[in-house]
Amino acid sequence: MTDHLLKILFGRLSLESFPVHEPILLGTFAVVVLLGLGIVGAVTKYRLWGWLWREWFTSVDHKKIGIMYMILGIIMLLRGFADAVMMRLQQAIAFGGSEGYLNAHHYDQIFTAHGTIMIFFVAIPLVVGLINYIMPLQIGARDVAFPYLNNLSFWLTVAGALLVMVSLFVGEFSRAGWLNYVPVANLQNSPDTGPDYYLWALQIAGVGTTLSAINMVTTIIKMRAPGMTMMKMPVFCWTALCSNVLAVAIFPILTAAFALLMLDRYVGTNFFTNDLGGNPMMYWNLVWIWGHPEVYVLVLPVFGIFSEITSTFSGKRLFGYSSMVYATVVITILSFLVWLHHFFTMGSGASVNSFFGIATMVISIPTGAKIFNWLFTMYRGQIRFELPMMWVVAFLLTFTVGGMTGVLLAVPPADFVLHNSLFLVAHFHNVIIGGVVFGLFAGMTYWFPKAFGFRLDPFWGKVSFWGWVVGYWVAWTPIYIVGLMGTTRRVRHFDDPSLQPFFIVAMIGVLIIAIGIAAFLIQIAVSIRNREALRDTTGDPWHGRTLEWATSSPPPAYNFAFTPVIHDLDAWYDMKARGHEHPAGGWRPIHMPRNTGAGVILSGLALALGFAMVWYIWWLAAVSFAGMIVVIIGHSFNYDRDYHIPSEEVAATERARLAAVGA
Amino acid sequence: MSSQAPSFYLIDEEEHHHGPGASTALGFWIYLMSDALIFATLFATYGVLSTSYAGGPAPHQIFELPLVAINTGMLLLSSITFGMAAIETEAGRLRATQGWLAVTALFGAAFVGIELYEFATLIAEGATPQRSAFLSGFFALVGTHGLHVLCGLVWIGVTLVQIGQRGLTLDNRRRIMCLGMFWHLLDVVWIGVFTFVYLLGVLR
Repeated sequence: MTDHLLKILFGRLSLESFPVHEPILLGTFAVVVLLGLGIVGAVTKYRLWGWLWREWFTSVDHKKIGIMYMILGIIMLLRGFADAVMMRLQQAIAFGGSEGYLNAHHYDQIFTAHGTIMIFFVAIPLVVGLINYIMPLQIGARDVAFPYLNNLSFWLTVAGALLVMVSLFVGEFSRAGWLNYVPVANLQNSPDTGPDYYLWALQIAGVGTTLSAINMVTTIIKMRAPGMTMMKMPVFCWTALCSNVLAVAIFPILTAAFALLMLDRYVGTNFFTNDLGGNPMMYWNLVWIWGHPEVYVLVLPVFGIFSEITSTFSGKRLFGYSSMVYATVVITILSFLVWLHHFFTMGSGASVNSFFGIATMVISIPTGAKIFNWLFTMYRGQIRFELPMMWVVAFLLTFTVGGMTGVLLAVPPADFVLHNSLFLVAHFHNVIIGGVVFGLFAGMTYWFPKAFGFRLDPFWGKVSFWGWVVGYWVAWTPIYIVGLMGTTRRVRHFDDPSLQPFFIVAMIGVLIIAIGIAAFLIQIAVSIRNREALRDTTGDPWHGRTLEWATSSPPPAYNFAFTPVIHDLDAWYDMKARGHEHPAGGWRPIHMPRNTGAGVILSGLALALGFAMVWYIWWLAAVSFAGMIVVIIGHSFNYDRDYHIPSEEVAATERARLAAVGA
Repeated sequence: MSSQAPSFYLIDEEEHHHGPGASTALGFWIYLMSDALIFATLFATYGVLSTSYAGGPAPHQIFELPLVAINTGMLLLSSITFGMAAIETEAGRLRATQGWLAVTALFGAAFVGIELYEFATLIAEGATPQRSAFLSGFFALVGTHGLHVLCGLVWIGVTLVQIGQRGLTLDNRRRIMCLGMFWHLLDVVWIGVFTFVYLLGVLR
């Protein structure tokens, strides 16, 4: 009787669901609880809850949402990196008689969580965060097209990330690889909560990403300042546009594929099962139709960041602007025609494999064009080797190697040998660390003074830079080598002791990267402490060329007191060259969107729904789902969504700014 | 130099790019395209699995074309009546708009009702979603469409209340326009379902 009642109340959640027998998890749990209590205590002590809620959580300001995305990404980077260190340590010691310190069950969860977190909750939030912050400023807009939707997108991403974090301490995470592959993720093979956590976390976050992409595309198309034609738009906005168009086109496919796997697991349908007509390879096709363009969703905006930085720090207009734009568009289209190269070994035949192999190699042409454009921008430029520019050079050298190993893998016969090898793993870490991560650090260093009004400390930035660059090469060169020799991925224990030195070197490499990450955190702390010395009052610390540098740092809530009129590519450089003066009067009230708590509430309910579904707590699922419907409908009855910032307030803000620059 | 804002800026910018209607139409259109991609994925899935009967029933054994034809009629009629509602909205006639929206909802409800009856019959015959991959694909595709129609019905209900409270304001007209795009897209998707699932299924 009580058993029955408990089952109704808690579904399949029981005391055994808590991993009290895993000392590693208990230790982590203790640290997280202490940190959490510390933060909650501090916020309560300094009475910051109301401020956080009013000024941040419910904010529809694209700049604040951008910063919150960045914070989410950096926190999740620490989690994903901890997983990486654990895997490297295991592989460095688990040889011959030694079993290492992780059992297979735990190790499989770690490599799954590492990939899932790094792509969905680190790379995506950091890229989306930078786009959110910078793109509206670059096009001279006051906010995005749908400010409330922007807030909701962020909190849905947070809900997904929280669900992944909960799986660390309640039940377990998927063991089926970062895309939750069937047949491992089928109900027969994984009856536990792992794949369910994965599916619900990514569905919730995926809705957020799709909505955000719709928002950004609409913003770029509809809200550019007068005079800014598409071909006068900064390259970063072009890459953001292409990236978000891609995201709109691919995330529905992932949503549908995950929904079908959910049906398989919850309803007992036969989409991806091994019997009754199901087709597991269909799942692989669907997730990789999402997965390959997703690579470009992440890397295209980063190409945009590198373009902005190269141009600014070379003191020159970007070389080959229009070829850069066309290359971006071509990559966007081609990225849809290559997904099958992730499983040449499926057996689709020589013709199909040839098509996808050639399509893959063709992508290297527009990408190569971009590399040459950056090099020619630097050629005869007055290069300032400040930190963002150092990241560009490190990127050019590292990413080119990753691109070349990619072309090698695109050759189907070579891929038959290298499929699922550590060579492949080294390749995609080469392009993702050497491309996306380096680019994100370059972008954060470049735009930090815009967001906060002071620069990041250059010394600790350089320590972080060298930690990442040296660490990357030390960690991944040996993995390339053992991969080429035939070592496969996702292996927990090796029999051949001659491989061990390579994995020990890789372990040292990951520790050097750890120095880079620690230095990055120290850099932020030191910069906050020394902010007066690092202060920039001009709003234009790097002698920038695009519109985000035309406003103050940090920009006022309304971004621009008057909407700029654009006459040229590199609009701000052009304005400066024509003797720009800051407007000094004639202020008008500014129309702005109002904050709302609906996004936070909806996402909280989505989190409850996901958790309830994972644990089969049907009553909670029904209640939270009904709650979401009520909030959505209730929110639609709120017609009072905007207000005007009075002209006196605009005048006061702008006067303070003029006083600061000494005009 | 003058104390006024120089020519680098737009001086008279009363609502220059704040036309929320235009942005909403484009944004909602992009959303609809993403929704269409969900249906595209389900169509593709159904295409792959449509002959995977696994010893279970085949389409011509279970599909009742006359019933589906009536159902198709319901949905097509509902699109016509929504068109009437849109014309009345444009003309600013509140009562007529409400009337046509209500008629649209009735046709939509009839569609969902007939679909549920069809599903119940199939399941009673043993043609359940679990029986074979073909049936899984069928129920997922047709069911997802039905769920969308159900969402549309709820949306029509909310809209009726909102225009009852506030009339055909600018905000409400914009919402009716979005609802209309949503409703007509479901019609288009259904044409695909009727053709590729039912007609081709019975021919096979």
